[in-house]
Amino acid sequence: MAKTATRDAYGKALAQLGAENEQVVVLDADLSGSTKTAAFAKEFPRRFFNLGIAEADLIGTAAGLAAAGKIPFASTFAVFAAGRAYDQIRASVAYPKLNVKIAATHAGLTVGEDGATHQMNEDIALMRALPNMTVVVPADGPEAGAATLAVARHQGPVYLRLGRPAVPDIHGEDYAFDLFKAPVLREGGDVAIFACGYMVHLALEAAAQLEKQGISAAVVNVHTIKPLDKETVLRYARRCGRVIAAEEHSIIGGLGSAIAEVLGEEQPTHMVRIGVRDTFGESGKPAELLEKYGLTAEAIVQAARKLMQ
Amino acid sequence: MEEYANLRSIAARLRRHIISMVAAANSGHPGGSLSAVEILTTLYFKLMKLDVSQPRWNQRDIFVLSKGHASPVYYAALAERGFFSPEELLSFRKINSRLQGHPDRENIPGVDMTTGSLGQGLSAANGMALAAKLDGQEQRWVYVLLGDGELQEGQVWEAVMTAAHYHLDNCIAFVDWNGLQIDGEVSQVMNTSPLKEKFAAFNWHVQEIDGHDFAQIIAAVETAKAAKGRPSAIIARTIKGKGVSFMENQAGWHGRAPGQEQAQQALKELEVE
Repeated sequence: MAKTATRDAYGKALAQLGAENEQVVVLDADLSGSTKTAAFAKEFPRRFFNLGIAEADLIGTAAGLAAAGKIPFASTFAVFAAGRAYDQIRASVAYPKLNVKIAATHAGLTVGEDGATHQMNEDIALMRALPNMTVVVPADGPEAGAATLAVARHQGPVYLRLGRPAVPDIHGEDYAFDLFKAPVLREGGDVAIFACGYMVHLALEAAAQLEKQGISAAVVNVHTIKPLDKETVLRYARRCGRVIAAEEHSIIGGLGSAIAEVLGEEQPTHMVRIGVRDTFGESGKPAELLEKYGLTAEAIVQAARKLMQ
Repeated sequence: MEEYANLRSIAARLRRHIISMVAAANSGHPGGSLSAVEILTTLYFKLMKLDVSQPRWNQRDIFVLSKGHASPVYYAALAERGFFSPEELLSFRKINSRLQGHPDRENIPGVDMTTGSLGQGLSAANGMALAAKLDGQEQRWVYVLLGDGELQEGQVWEAVMTAAHYHLDNCIAFVDWNGLQIDGEVSQVMNTSPLKEKFAAFNWHVQEIDGHDFAQIIAAVETAKAAKGRPSAIIARTIKGKGVSFMENQAGWHGRAPGQEQAQQALKELEVE
């Protein structure tokens, strides 16, 4: 299976967008090689703005460009976007509903060797709490590319969460992405696995293993955490009666929390959350970190077995 | 002096609105609103290209009130200019009003940028100035008003670098240099001086003026517009609470509303124009 990093697919889609739409502008904060905005910068230098190592100004400048009718994509690492520039996102983007696309790369533990300061495991929680914000977490390259094009067409603030490592391409090039609909990647009746981002391909691996053990697991790719596709979440929670949420993010405030909120009010369901368990990460290889912090297919299998008991 | 009689009478009206609004709301920021009256009067009634029937006209000049707490002077100027009825000013800060404590571009006609969390307005102004350049609108000006205390926010200096780096000569920043902030004198709380040298060192064109003198404000903007290749800072010496005897140069009137008697006295003092 081919592998692509979601940030690479974003960079490619951005260059395509640049050719299609004159209003698209891109901003970066000295990380254009890593965030992959460099391809756009090379092709459309007039519409690319490097703000230097100044993330507050990055977001504020993007807000001004949006207020003047441009469609700005502002990129930096997730920790510096959602974390360092939180108040700028809140006061200058979300509150005035400005059409800024915050495309944040290097989210989660898979940043790897840079360690805890750079591993952003709280961004979904922070961005999801903001009124007017749409939060999108693509699972693979094709979805990241499609999501980039889709959020450009969507009017309003968006947080697009992208990763550093290459992940298997789950979706084909003909994938019809719907920003507000969570696709069901695998049908099943015993347990519903809701996953986003890096955890989606692991959820599929887990479901294949579970099938061999006689457990039928559905896998739903919840690429948009907000607004959440409640209808699909409730349908699969009712059908399976057992639910797992899997995300490369803290178990506090992210996908698992969003699903638990819906189920708690409308369909109380036995549930296990897979995610970083309220702790900071550390340096290491991505695979080592995922193993150590329990973000693996095996952890999902164990959670399903526990729910079946 | 007679040349500016019209602007002077508008300024007096804005001051009376400020007092009435803050008194009616029993909250708000009179001191830093009164210090900026001449700057906003000059911009909205002399310099800016606007169309009140189309608040989002894509050729208009832009104004960003980075010191968003000075919303009373902003709303008063917008209402007097015709963006909405001056009667609405008394709904300031009240429940269900459009006139929020801090400016909200979504709901108030004429407001170009939402502000209130200090330090963010220049970044937004830069974004709008970049957009004007991209669109080839060389005669479109972006004005921003910063507080001198606000310059303590680090983001301001990020944006000061950006404006110079991208040669945003269509961006003109006023600093309302009244010398006071909530906790007292700016120089005592966290000194921001020397302002002129700081902006000059960041490659800005800098002027220092009397921020209550219409002739100086107009001349400074004309000079700023002629300064090609560089953004312009106009450091305007002002008096916090200007025009109300008991408020002038008192940090205590930064964010406090006058009582009924005090409001009456202030309005009386402001009638003499």
